[in-house]
Amino acid sequence: MQVQSMHFKARAGQKLADVRLQQNLKILSQRWTVGRSNAIAELDDFEATRDEAVERRNRALANLDAWLERFEQEATARGATVLWAETPEEASRLVVAIARKHEVRKVTKSKSMVSEEMALNRHLEAAGVQVVETDLGEYILQINDNEPPSHIVAPVVHKSKDEVSDLFARVHQRPRLTDIPQMTREAREFLRPHFLSADMGVSGGNFLVAETGSVAVFTNEGNEGMCTVLPPKVHVAVTGIEKVLPTLEDLATVARLLPRSATGQSISNYFSLLTGPRAPGEQDGPEHMYVVLVDGGRSGLLGGEFQDMLRCIRCGACMNHCPVYQKIGGHTYGWVYPGPMGSVLTPSYVGIENALDLPQAATMCGECHVVCPMKIPLPDLLRKLREKQMERGLRPWRERAGLAAWAFAAKRPALYRPLARLGGWVLGRIGRDGGRIRSLPMAGGWTQTRDLPAPSGPTFKERWAKQRH
Amino acid sequence: MRVGLFITCLVDVMRPEIAEAAVALLEAAGCSVEVPMAQTCCGQPGYNAGDTASARALARKFLAEFERFDHVVVPSGSCGGMIRTHYPALFADDPDLRTRIDAVAAKTWELTAFLHDVVGIRSLPGRFEGELTYHDSCSGLRELGVQKQPRALIGLRPGVTLVEMKDARACCGFGGTFAVKYGDISTAIVDEKIDRIKASGAPCVVLGDLGCMLNIEGRLRRNGDLETRVLHVAQVLAGDAVPGAPASVEAAVPAAARAAAAAPGPAPATGPATAAGTETAAGRAGTADAATPTDTRPPPESAAAAIPKER
Repeated sequence: MQVQSMHFKARAGQKLADVRLQQNLKILSQRWTVGRSNAIAELDDFEATRDEAVERRNRALANLDAWLERFEQEATARGATVLWAETPEEASRLVVAIARKHEVRKVTKSKSMVSEEMALNRHLEAAGVQVVETDLGEYILQINDNEPPSHIVAPVVHKSKDEVSDLFARVHQRPRLTDIPQMTREAREFLRPHFLSADMGVSGGNFLVAETGSVAVFTNEGNEGMCTVLPPKVHVAVTGIEKVLPTLEDLATVARLLPRSATGQSISNYFSLLTGPRAPGEQDGPEHMYVVLVDGGRSGLLGGEFQDMLRCIRCGACMNHCPVYQKIGGHTYGWVYPGPMGSVLTPSYVGIENALDLPQAATMCGECHVVCPMKIPLPDLLRKLREKQMERGLRPWRERAGLAAWAFAAKRPALYRPLARLGGWVLGRIGRDGGRIRSLPMAGGWTQTRDLPAPSGPTFKERWAKQRH
Repeated sequence: MRVGLFITCLVDVMRPEIAEAAVALLEAAGCSVEVPMAQTCCGQPGYNAGDTASARALARKFLAEFERFDHVVVPSGSCGGMIRTHYPALFADDPDLRTRIDAVAAKTWELTAFLHDVVGIRSLPGRFEGELTYHDSCSGLRELGVQKQPRALIGLRPGVTLVEMKDARACCGFGGTFAVKYGDISTAIVDEKIDRIKASGAPCVVLGDLGCMLNIEGRLRRNGDLETRVLHVAQVLAGDAVPGAPASVEAAVPAAARAAAAAPGPAPATGPATAAGTETAAGRAGTADAATPTDTRPPPESAAAAIPKER
């Protein structure tokens, strides 16, 4: 997917002014946060489960190459073909080649964020293959001129029911429906013929299980099964190399956290463990199964200060609880992954210089770290990215000059104290009318929408010096 | 017990009465309070901007100034969090300094955590009463676990009613330079916080971090709310033990409300010399030594408007 993160500020402004989006985001952030909090409360020991899951993910990442090879061996032994792609583009080329090999004309797709990294739909369509998104949210986006998803779990979270009603009426050319079950039924009517006529199904993979060579997929609508098991000749799973877990036991542990953290469910409605193509004597499953493992910058994080990020299980809890995401929505972030995890992943995968705002546009409130089931220290990672921006001279000169002046003074008490007195006095003068400063040079970002309360009198140090010495 | 007070750069300049309240509380708890005069800033602005070199330099400066105390107390969760949780990480590759930094970090406390967890204060000095709601500022809450302590201490004031707002733990949108760099996002976040504060029905929000206070108060005033009080938890806990400090929510009249009350008739609150009081204050400031900050606020309109004065 093309990176649009450089337009962050402009887009944020548009999203903040979008009244309907603001209403949608407000309702949903409440629903997500309450849902998660209820769901983790029903676990006997959430913290212990979390610690165990972190440990298991770390164990996998510590020997990632070995576990990936084990996965390849086991998957191959069960008849699947494992392919490796260094870049998302390469992964798309591999999938297009698979489609060509099997003379595929139509692909049904289950939800996959990695396929967004790959811009897979565009590549397949360029090769003359029709692609139909079958996750309801992704379907809505596809029929709305291929709008990108705004959330990794709920891609269409930015839209209200009314907007979807209008869209369905327009695209489906049917009377406008407002009842969600009826709307879903209508979408099913449109999707069903595609399921029956597709030659190939593409899915993501929430996890890979090394010891069995399986691909694990969590969904709520069940359409994934229609893409991977039921009719198509070919199933292709695309996923990131960091998703491998050594054992089914590891998967069971992580599975206790993923739906709870994501949607507040104890388990998703559907859970598939896809192991190899249909074997002789089996009733279902594809004739051919491929697993495309995408690096796309992931191996670059291994062994470095951002390795913790590779534990991410894509639950979306960090964005659901992020005060910034809750105000600007996912599109503002400008690439595949929004919110705090996206603000770490985007610069890491597409280049720090292409996403300068992302690590900066965070209040550092720390709630993402608190709710992350994998205990990824997201604020620390954002801060490390800020360090890298600074080291590489990527911050505006005014910011660097301001910081340098601040640091120069703060290190020199003899200079700092009179400056603080003077600064306080000047601010007091500006704000002498009611203790409110209505505009201040260099601080327009603050004073455009807020007063700056003025100092309430002489500095504490001056008072203290007078009283006690 | 020798306690070093880390004022914080923001409190020193913007709300010195918070540090006065902190001193009153620490002394009431039997501590001997010292204020190293060379202290400046904990280094958080540099640290969060990616300038670790200056953050490290200021951490070393802090160490030199505060290592000698039994405890160090900070009336701010975010500066406290910087020292307690982030200083050690800054010296990961310097074992000698790391040991000393760890030691000073371990004896550095956010004010309410110190009063509650370390000295176990049982009664508060002075008086304070009224209805208020408490906002959990992010760093204090998530880096230092400050949540029960301020509430327990507020509970020691029989005349104070604490009404919890919804989502008290949600960020106010301040985030340091975030509030300036992304002012529009920050404002949208603080608007939601203000909605919660107002929905609580309390005329006063109390919190433990001045940055968040300035953000919330600044937005309230810009939106024409001159009445809602924004107080530091130290001000509630010390009450009028600080001479001249308000003894109730009602008496803690915001400067903006005093100015509006002092203005003759429905004159706009902006523009030069709207009130006689303002002119007087400005005149006083003008005649004082130019480098000496003077209390530039207008004089109280009524006896109810108790203003903390210099002692």
